[in-house]
Amino acid sequence: MIDQKTRDELAEIAARYPEKRSGLLPMLHLVQSVLGQVTPEGIEACAEILEITPAEVSGVATFYTMYKRRPVGDYHVGVCTNTLCAVMGGDAIFARLKDHLDVGNDETTEDGKVSLEHIECNAACDYAPVMMVNWEFMDNQTPSSAVQLVDDLRAGKEVRSTRGPKICTWREAERVLAGFSDGLVDEGPAAGEASLVGLKLAADKGWTAPKGADQ
Amino acid sequence: MTTAPNQSVLTPVLTKNWGDEQSWKLSAYGDYAAAKKAFGMQPDDVITAVKDSGLRGRGGAGFPTGMKWSFIPQDNPKPKYLVVNADESEPGTCKDIPLMMANPHVLVEGVIISSYAIRANKAFIYIRGEVLHVIRRVQAAVAEAHAAGHLGKDIHGSGYDLDIVVHAGAGAYICGEETALLEGLEGRRGQPRLRPPFPAVAGLYASPTVINNVESIASVPSIIANGADWFSSMGTEKSKGFGIFSLSGHVAKPGQYEAPLGITLRKLIELAGGMRAGHELKFWTPGGSSTPLLTAEHLDVPLDFEGVGEAGSMLGTRALQLFDETTCVVRAVLRWTEFYKHESCGKCTPCREGTWWLTQTLSRLEQGQGSAEDLDLLVDQCDNILGRSFCALGDGATSPITSSIQYFREEYLAHLEQGGCPFDPEASTVFATAGAKA
Ligand SMILES: Cc1cc2nc3c(=O)[nH]c(=O)nc-3n(C[C@H](O)[C@H](O)[C@H](O)COP(=O)(O)O)c2cc1C
Ligand code: SF4
Ligand code: FES
Repeated sequence: MIDQKTRDELAEIAARYPEKRSGLLPMLHLVQSVLGQVTPEGIEACAEILEITPAEVSGVATFYTMYKRRPVGDYHVGVCTNTLCAVMGGDAIFARLKDHLDVGNDETTEDGKVSLEHIECNAACDYAPVMMVNWEFMDNQTPSSAVQLVDDLRAGKEVRSTRGPKICTWREAERVLAGFSDGLVDEGPAAGEASLVGLKLAADKGWTAPKGADQ
Repeated sequence: MTTAPNQSVLTPVLTKNWGDEQSWKLSAYGDYAAAKKAFGMQPDDVITAVKDSGLRGRGGAGFPTGMKWSFIPQDNPKPKYLVVNADESEPGTCKDIPLMMANPHVLVEGVIISSYAIRANKAFIYIRGEVLHVIRRVQAAVAEAHAAGHLGKDIHGSGYDLDIVVHAGAGAYICGEETALLEGLEGRRGQPRLRPPFPAVAGLYASPTVINNVESIASVPSIIANGADWFSSMGTEKSKGFGIFSLSGHVAKPGQYEAPLGITLRKLIELAGGMRAGHELKFWTPGGSSTPLLTAEHLDVPLDFEGVGEAGSMLGTRALQLFDETTCVVRAVLRWTEFYKHESCGKCTPCREGTWWLTQTLSRLEQGQGSAEDLDLLVDQCDNILGRSFCALGDGATSPITSSIQYFREEYLAHLEQGGCPFDPEASTVFATAGAKA
């Protein structure tokens, strides 16, 4: 339910912007963190605060793929099946997970723990095949590592992003997207291995940018 | 090709601190010396320095950054805005995301200097929503910069005020297109706007707005700190400076390689330890899936705006996706086409309907159905989209198709002859058993 605290937070998001309607995307993220999806109640609340019609809010909510109108799992699992990842193994991973979890695309397991979706390029192609759990990177996956991953998630084991913190729930993640910090920023590395290959090679060879005033 | 005077093949600047302990923290980054230096300059002189450096937009189109800033009408009484395009969704592109994860402060410092130059007091960083930890890092960097007095009112006694809002998107490739991004930032469906008016004149809230890519803005502190000449000593005649080259796919060491513009793919593959053992390069994208495919014939093309253009493609985002001989080009192209169909915003008919037709025709071919005439039909369909779409998404959708037919017509025909795909998809995966062959 959208209580007064949430209403206040929605208004707080809108107030970050010179024109309050700009807050709508993060506000819908907050709605999802509270309600687990975008519902008519959430749409009404945004519309009221922004002084626009529910139809206008709904038109926006249906345009963007991260907004869900069905409940998703505590752990929303994305498998990149854009070309590069698909070729490197993403298609095989997605097929294995559908089979293993017995769900189709954009469906949730019966226990409500895991939902599965094939996603587009997530800007991590140098770590292909790439998966995301609640929008945290799970780099360099294989069909068997993917099965292990979802089994661990369903069993409630602690799972860490390969380039980030311990995986939180989908609702908690949505709250961060709405702009409310969860204090996890300092977990995980600065960069994964692939991000550093050029830098390491340059260090080995003594290659640098030309000397400048700041060196 | 001109390289840096010290003959360094790689020139880490933006990536330089990525390996440092907690590199994302202000204490590891430094004290925003470039921003302080900029505050001692006239805003117009900052614009001139960026113009003189030769920096061209790193988001794909390569428009000169300083020139874009000078288009902001300073006599317009409305507020000016800077918007950073951190939507990074062009397939293959994976440079801005690791940059913001490891080095968010260089972006924040760049935003401060750039906003000061165009006289904006409010800036926005629009980050795609699907990268939670990156969003945490940028949010925290902005908060830290604020607490340290690098943002807010009368920054370091300069009399200049600036606030930054970090805005998470919600899943839409089209929001990387700058006017669709503005729609998203105004709380609307992300559909591109008619131009003119250009954002420099009427952008966010119909006010003068500069929109730049993450890497463009992140390059600014180094230009101010080291001077325009320092920057332009790297790169080629018309493509100055360094850029992050992102290698992915069937290469031994995929990853990020920061080098002067003009480096070749041959050199980059050599740095990356060659193609994966026992395989050879078949086709590649120079700058994401919207840039026409190139082949092993093009290994020595200088990767700068002019060189790749002359080779019939575009430098784009330097998203070098490399595919070896185990990969079916028809499968690859079909998948990209499905992506464009899915991401078409629906505003204009050539793209909305065209990408649907392209997918139909291509999937028929991929399944070995249809006929050789379908190839001409595809080229025809592309002709009806290219140049007739409302924005560059539609144009980009035709790139993989026309270029793959140009270079691999035989492979399309082989699908028809064999009544299906002649490739074993297993062979192209990273977990292919060593002996697997196409
Ligand atoms: C469909 C489409 C997607 C785009 N995606 C991005 C993107 O994710 N990031 C980006 O910086 N530019 C993207 N662009 C280019 C922007 O429209 C714009 O040219 C760029 O942000 C300008 O910044 P720059 O001059 O610093 O390169 C995209 C363009 C199109 C047509
Ligand atoms: S070309 Fe495609 S994405 Fe661009 S405006 Fe037309 S329908 Fe929308
Ligand atoms: S193609 Fe999968 S992350 Fe880019």
